[in-house]
Amino acid sequence: MQHSTGYIIGFAAVVCLVASLFVAGSAVGLKDRQNANKRLDVQKKVLTVAGLMDAGAGLSAGEIDALYTASIQPKAITLADGAPALDVDVASYDQRKATKAADSSVEAPENASKILRLPNEVVVFDIVQDGELKGLILPIEGYGLWGFLYGYLALEPDARTIRGITFYEHGETPGLGGEVDNPRWKALWPGRLAFDDRGKPAITVKKGIAGSVEDDPYQVDGLSGATITSRGVTNLVRFWLGDDGFGPYLDNYRSAAGV
Amino acid sequence: MAETSPREAMIDPLFNNNPIALQVLGICSALAVTTKMETAVVMSLAVIAVCTFSNVAISAMRNHIPGSIRIIVQLTVIASLVIITDQILKAFVYDIAQQLSVFVGLIITNCIVMGRAEAFAMQNTVRLSAIDGFANGVGYSIVLIAVAFFRELFGTGKLFGFTILHPVNEGGWYVTNGLMVLAPAAFFLIGCFIWAVRSWKPEQIEEEFHVGALLELSNEGNLR
Repeated sequence: MQHSTGYIIGFAAVVCLVASLFVAGSAVGLKDRQNANKRLDVQKKVLTVAGLMDAGAGLSAGEIDALYTASIQPKAITLADGAPALDVDVASYDQRKATKAADSSVEAPENASKILRLPNEVVVFDIVQDGELKGLILPIEGYGLWGFLYGYLALEPDARTIRGITFYEHGETPGLGGEVDNPRWKALWPGRLAFDDRGKPAITVKKGIAGSVEDDPYQVDGLSGATITSRGVTNLVRFWLGDDGFGPYLDNYRSAAGV
Repeated sequence: MAETSPREAMIDPLFNNNPIALQVLGICSALAVTTKMETAVVMSLAVIAVCTFSNVAISAMRNHIPGSIRIIVQLTVIASLVIITDQILKAFVYDIAQQLSVFVGLIITNCIVMGRAEAFAMQNTVRLSAIDGFANGVGYSIVLIAVAFFRELFGTGKLFGFTILHPVNEGGWYVTNGLMVLAPAAFFLIGCFIWAVRSWKPEQIEEEFHVGALLELSNEGNLR
């Protein structure tokens, strides 16, 4: 079938118009649901690392929201000096987006976690129950074997003892490095010490089996068959606890809380 | 092209002319999303939906699409459908959408969808094309789900996340097969699937290549 050039251009334009209407319609129409899902997703992750919810507990969206509102207080801080960042809208802040944009991030100092840029502001969380601070939650990320791991680290109110760790997104080999999200491995973390006596980040994922929490507080069992992922976790936890990460924030917290 | 009856359009792509087993299309996503049943099933549904609707849309326009831009028109339709599918998954099954990540988007490049649009929907009625798209999606799904079944069961001892074989690293007895969770396992399983289908239907064996014989050899080699 031979068609004129005008017909071809016209046909292409109509197809594009109709297709874009459908695409735009679905994107706009489903936006609210998707945002609600995203919010719920963050709430779940934070509650899990706080130890307030089992990952597979199957709570309804309403229950999760209620639990989150009752015990988690998000707040934005400036990464460089740890001071509160009051002009940041905590609910809609997207750290990954901020990390990518040049005007909301800075180049990261050289580090073992292959983190290239650091966001100016970060949203952290306080665990507060019955008006009492029960812990601090910090977002962490860094390179493993195949790519970035994203997760949260929760500390006890002494800002030294680990309360929990979770990785919610990673591309590590399933069954090997992918075991970073195995609940049994994550259960090895609580009670161990993130910092040594002089306040230097000391927690290490060792190669092999670590001792009990009392005997060997600075080490965690390595993931068998995943030496590089294990090393990556050590690097990224230490980076975020160090001076280039949440060091200033934790220092401020310690002097204010007197711990 | 010979007339296709609705019955043939429905049955053929399942085993006689399975898009993965015989046409060997769409292998890439079959490797990526088959470590778990859950993701495989959702991916299957997404491909069935996209394949059916793209065939319907292309077939409805087939007498009006200018030949010189037909591939671009097909791509536009498929890409739009995939984006809509992705949006729907993100809105209703967020967790699974996260796990499928880029692979839903990659349905755009899934050769099955475009292959059916170009080879079938361009020549046939809307009704037949719908059946053909659906059946090809199902044909793809059969392989995907079969592969995922073995990979999840032997790789992690679970099905749909429920423990069937209690794995050692969760305090049980089953030593998980690490190979199964890696991409090459999907290759071996698809190879075995093709082998099985071709033993059952020997007419699928290509004369010149003797793929069945080759597969037998390569499988033995891999087992050693």
